[in-house]
Formats: sequence, C-alpha cells, structure tokens
Amino acid sequence: MILSRAFWQPHRIVMALVVLAIVLWCALSLRWDWVPKYAPMAALGLWRTIWILALSILFGLLLAIPLGLAQAVGPWFLAWPARAFCTVIRGTPLLLQLWLLYYGLGSLFPQIPWIRQSDLWPILRQAWPYGLLALTLSFAGYEGEVMRGAFKGVPKGQLEAAKAMGMPRLTTLRRIWLPQALHRVLPTLGGETVLQLKATPLVATITVVDIYAVASRVRQDTFLTYEPLLLLAVIYMAITAVIVLIFRWFENRRPAKVA
Amino acid sequence: MSGLVAATATLELLQLEPPGWGAPLLQGLMASVLIALGAYGLGLLLGLIGAFAKLQGGPVARDLAAVYTTVVRAVPELVLILILFYAGTDAVNQLLLSFGYERIQISGVAAGIGVLGVVQGAYATEVLRGAIQAVPAGQIEAARAMGMPPGLIARRVTLPLMLPNALPGLGNLWLNATKDTALLAVVGFAELTQTTRQAAGATKAYFTFFMAAGALYLAISLLSGWGFALLERRARRGQPELRS
Repeated sequence: MILSRAFWQPHRIVMALVVLAIVLWCALSLRWDWVPKYAPMAALGLWRTIWILALSILFGLLLAIPLGLAQAVGPWFLAWPARAFCTVIRGTPLLLQLWLLYYGLGSLFPQIPWIRQSDLWPILRQAWPYGLLALTLSFAGYEGEVMRGAFKGVPKGQLEAAKAMGMPRLTTLRRIWLPQALHRVLPTLGGETVLQLKATPLVATITVVDIYAVASRVRQDTFLTYEPLLLLAVIYMAITAVIVLIFRWFENRRPAKVA
Repeated sequence: MSGLVAATATLELLQLEPPGWGAPLLQGLMASVLIALGAYGLGLLLGLIGAFAKLQGGPVARDLAAVYTTVVRAVPELVLILILFYAGTDAVNQLLLSFGYERIQISGVAAGIGVLGVVQGAYATEVLRGAIQAVPAGQIEAARAMGMPPGLIARRVTLPLMLPNALPGLGNLWLNATKDTALLAVVGFAELTQTTRQAAGATKAYFTFFMAAGALYLAISLLSGWGFALLERRARRGQPELRS
C-alpha cells in the first residue's frame, strides 16, 4: 500500500515530512547516549517479553478449547464453572489478578513445607511463573468466550455427516469440529494477540524484567523522562506491526472457503 | 484452599471502622468509578469526533484520525499512561507559564481522566465508525433530501439509528474503562487496586483484600452488563426482533 502511487497524495507527503521532522528533532535534540549501555539489557528484556507473550498465548489457547467446548455443549456441571471462570476473568482487572497470584500465592507457598522442599521451589521462588500464569489465565478467559461462539458456529451438518460416517466423537472433534472452529477464530486471534502484547508490561510490576521494566530502569538511572518511553512506544509499535503481518500471512494462506 | 481458610479468618479487616480497611477501599472504589465515568465521557466525545472525521472528514482529518487510532491501539496502555501523564502535565504547565501564570499540580483524578479518555477515544472511534456505517444510507439520504442541515441529521437521524449497533461495543468499552483505571495504580494513584495493595501489604492478608477488590470490580461489571442490556433493549424498541 505504501509503495503505490495512489498512496502519495500531496497532503500525505506533507504529513510524512512533518513526521520526519519530528523524528529528526527527537534524534538530534534529545539525549540518546544511554542507548549503547542498555542495549544488551534491552535485548534480554525484549526476548523475555516475546516468550512470555508466545507461551501465554499457546497455553491460553490450549485452555480455551475445553473452556469453549464446555460452555458450548457441555453438561451443566462443566458449563457452569467454565462460564463463571470466564466471567470472573473478564470482569476484573488483569493487574488485580496478577497481584492476587503473585502476592497471595507468593506469600502462601513459603509456609507450606512440601512445596519449599520440592524441586520446583527454585522456579516458584521467581516472579515470572506468576506473571505467565496470570497472563495465561487471562487469555484463556477471553479466548474461551470466543471459542464458545466458534464451536457453536460450525454448521450442524458437518457434525451430522461425521456421525453418519461412523466417526468416533473424539475423532470428530479432532478432525472436523476443532479445525473449523479454529478457522473461524483466526481473524480475531490477531487482534487478541495484540491485546495480549499490550498486557505483558504489567508483569514488570511484579519484578519480571521485560522490555518495559528495562525502560523504567533507564528512567530511574538517567532521570530522563521521555526518551526511554518514546523508544519503548516505538518498540511496541514495531512488535505490533510484526504480529499483524504474521497473522495477515496466516490468513492469506488459509483456504478462503470452508463449508 | 488454605488461602481461602486464611481469607475467612481475616474478614474483620474489611470492616468500615479504622482497624478495618473498608472505608479506604470504598474511597478507592469511588475514585475508580469517578475516573472511569470521566474517561468514558471524554472517550465518547473524542470517539464521535474521530468517527465523523474518518467518515465525513477531508483527506487530512481522515489520515490524522487513522494515525490516532493506530498509534493508540498499538502501544500498551501502561506506556501511554506514563507518556501522557508526564507530557500532559508538562504541556499544561508550559502553557500556564507562557501566559504568565504559576505552575500548578495537576490532580491525579484529572490526569487519570485525561489519559484514559485519550485511550478510550481511539477504541470509541472504531466502535462508533462501524455503527454509523451500519445505518442504512437511505435514511440519511432522505434526511438530506428533506433539506436537514448536517448537524441536525447527526442529532436526529444518524446518532439515534446507530445507537443500537454501537451499544454492545460501547458496553465493552465501559468495562475496559473500569478495568483500565487499575493501571493508574502503577503511577501511584490511590484508586481501588492501589489501595488494595497498600491494605494487603500492611496486614499481610493478601487473599482477603485482593478477593474483596475483585468482588467489587466484578459487581461493577455485572451491574453494568445488566444496565447495558436494558439500554440496548430500549434503543432497539420498535425494531423487528432478530431470531438467531
């Protein structure tokens, strides 16, 4: 789009020049000498942000499938807790959930001897498992609701055809139902991933050193207010752009027409 | 589950009188609701301007609105809050100084409303734009054919007709507004989440306080969900029932 001739109307050229001027002004008159010093730390932080994002989405989706299935067709004793879980997760702030898990579980676990003595303790003593857990549960809560709609949206004829062919129920789920439901979710998944990315900096409040925490550290060390924040905003915009491009590529690859 | 047991043992900490933290928590809740209402109002205003700019504005207004919604929706709220918080207070003070006034301390409530309002505005722009686009073109053309001025068309035709389309999205936005107020805890503003953390830190009864605050947030969510359902039914009165 950006390369086409139609895009470069006169007012857009003026706007691009204005943006360029702002960028130049930022580069020349703001202080950037701290960048090389903190670059290795920032790279680590960026890496941590990305894998927390990727893992929480993966685990969240895996949790969301049973949650959606339970709400869509499950018996009441499965549907009811699943719905309650989604309502609670969607009805309370993520920051509160995160702090409940970190401060709550974090203060509870050291009091339980067998947890302290277990091999998992060195991991549980760190902050990131709580951050990852909170982000995963949150994504599962939101996506469970989406999956419910997706499971319900698969045409009944597809499932009836599978049944008529004598497919066992699990095979139907694996071969027919789940792929078609996921296919329906894909367009919204890109947006949800961007929302999840924007939720990741919250883990910095429980001492996980992600890219946001690195920026806060720079602000504390150098007493600069704007420079780290502006760079941080640019980094997040770049990650968002990458996510959007990846999902666009996925969507172009999928068969356009299914049932 | 022993967390739950511990939580029930410290329930008296939620009492309203001073050994209990009930009163500060309720004050925090009030502050959260106040900021959410203000930010939501500001967001709706910005959203209306943005939506009309995107749909009926000139090329420049349209591109500016696109830049606004794209940038705000791509950067985490937490980062935006910090940037706008510092930049906003700085800008106001610079403006005041240049007009020869004294520097002022901007209250947390005002800053919170301003910052969250700008964030809300970007999402409201998209919700309202979609809703306005779903209004049948014939209705607006008919109004134009009757010689209605554009302002009157917006007030009498476009806005009432788009309301039922917009309400589900606006309901979600309101829920986001209430939940986003929790982010102000990070800049140290004493809204519900921050007060809860202080109370929990002081008494070590983490489960009690975080669950109590969660219950308050959940109550707001459920009540507003119910309220928006009523509003939508009222906005849809006279429309044929959709069967799904």
